Amino acid sequence: MQSMTNEATPAPTPMLRAVDLHKRFGAIEVLKGVSLEVGRGEVIAIIGPSGSGKSTFLRCLIHLETVQRGCIEVEGRTLVSTDTGGECRYVADAEIRTICGAMGMVFQHFNLFPHLTVLENLIEAPMTVKGLRREDVVPKAEALLAKVGLADKRDAYPSRLSGGQKQRVAIARALAMEPDILLFDEPTSALDPELTGEVLRTMRELADEHMTMIVVTHEMAFAREVASRVIFMDGGLVVEARPARELFASPEHPRTRAFLENML
Amino acid sequence: MDYVLNILPPLIEGTGVTLQVFVITLMLSVPLGLALALLRLSRIAPVRAAVGGYIWLMRGTPLMLQMLFIYFALPFVPVIGVRLPDFPAAIVAFVLNYAAYFAEIFRAGIQSIERGQYEGAKVLGLSYAQTMRRIVLPQVIKRILPPVSNETITLIKDTSLIYVLAMNDLLRAARGIVQRDFTTSPFVVAAAFYLIMTLVLTYGFQHLEKKYAVYDE
Repeated sequence: MQSMTNEATPAPTPMLRAVDLHKRFGAIEVLKGVSLEVGRGEVIAIIGPSGSGKSTFLRCLIHLETVQRGCIEVEGRTLVSTDTGGECRYVADAEIRTICGAMGMVFQHFNLFPHLTVLENLIEAPMTVKGLRREDVVPKAEALLAKVGLADKRDAYPSRLSGGQKQRVAIARALAMEPDILLFDEPTSALDPELTGEVLRTMRELADEHMTMIVVTHEMAFAREVASRVIFMDGGLVVEARPARELFASPEHPRTRAFLENML
Repeated sequence: MDYVLNILPPLIEGTGVTLQVFVITLMLSVPLGLALALLRLSRIAPVRAAVGGYIWLMRGTPLMLQMLFIYFALPFVPVIGVRLPDFPAAIVAFVLNYAAYFAEIFRAGIQSIERGQYEGAKVLGLSYAQTMRRIVLPQVIKRILPPVSNETITLIKDTSLIYVLAMNDLLRAARGIVQRDFTTSPFVVAAAFYLIMTLVLTYGFQHLEKKYAVYDE
């Protein structure tokens, strides 16, 4: 399924490629053929009304949900493919874990581990999954905490943190596994308005460092200013996918226009 | 007072038997209960059903009946039939019975952990076993301490059922003296012994709950 290009030099392998993803929950078809290609260092914002399938799409990319049809490749490695007969096949479990290891995810509700301190939240996966030693991972975890501005919360339990602080810890925890792609599922939707700024600031810094990011969001200002491309989804389909400024300045599709008029 | 001091040695001896049954049962039935709970939550339907049937059987019949069955009837059961001395027979019955109760406590605890915890662990690359061991079970322990404390206190008193196998636990020792001396004061002393044991347990579990209170959910 190699895409054809007209350029003399072949296009570099995209970081992530999703083709024609289909997903249904019972009788409800949530994804009706969604495709997306993400290049290195791109920041993709996915916007759209609730129920449009954008969160489900993100969850399918990192195997929190399985698709019934379509193909996902991460850094050239196939996670799931569908043959011409329509048979959908995932690779073996061990391989799924390796492939998804290239991605990190930040959730709407943080999903921090409440029984572990902030630092322990960060070093848990590097130690348990990668088998690294505590003394080797602690300095890096501390550096990440400093980066998100929470060095002083190192030994606090998550319940003692504000929503914005929790989400910044969650971002640091994802970064501790050194992912190549970070997925954000409505990272500010559970936050009080005055706390969204600190999380968005952290995400903006990541974008400035050319982290590849896919962000499902309702923050139109963030999408417009930080995203390289904006995907507008509705009814389980990509309605419009264009560079952020273009899409906001002159939405082509009436549904995009209606949605943006509602939001802004 | 002299009389009480006089009857203490046989009662202390009986307490030894009671504590042995208690400790061994606890040490074996908690891990077995955890294993049963994980199987009860298995993806494989027949496994779930089998464990469900086991729990129904163990909770649905009296512990005393189970003990009598294992001691008197098991030797005559074809294939698995085995003749056990009284102490092992009692232990087997207690472990099988209490594991069923602990299984239900563990199951409820595991199911009370939010899906987000599993998802958070999964996207960090933790396997199912790692997620259980490192993320889920440590949180389950905190949540199930109160019911486990309940069950444990019930167990220390349930151990008195082993009198049906003519074993000299605390209560049977007390009864022996009551029948010999025509006085009920050994019962009072035995009650004091049970109260001391449950007090120690209550204190122990309170200490554990405090230890786990360092974090909120």
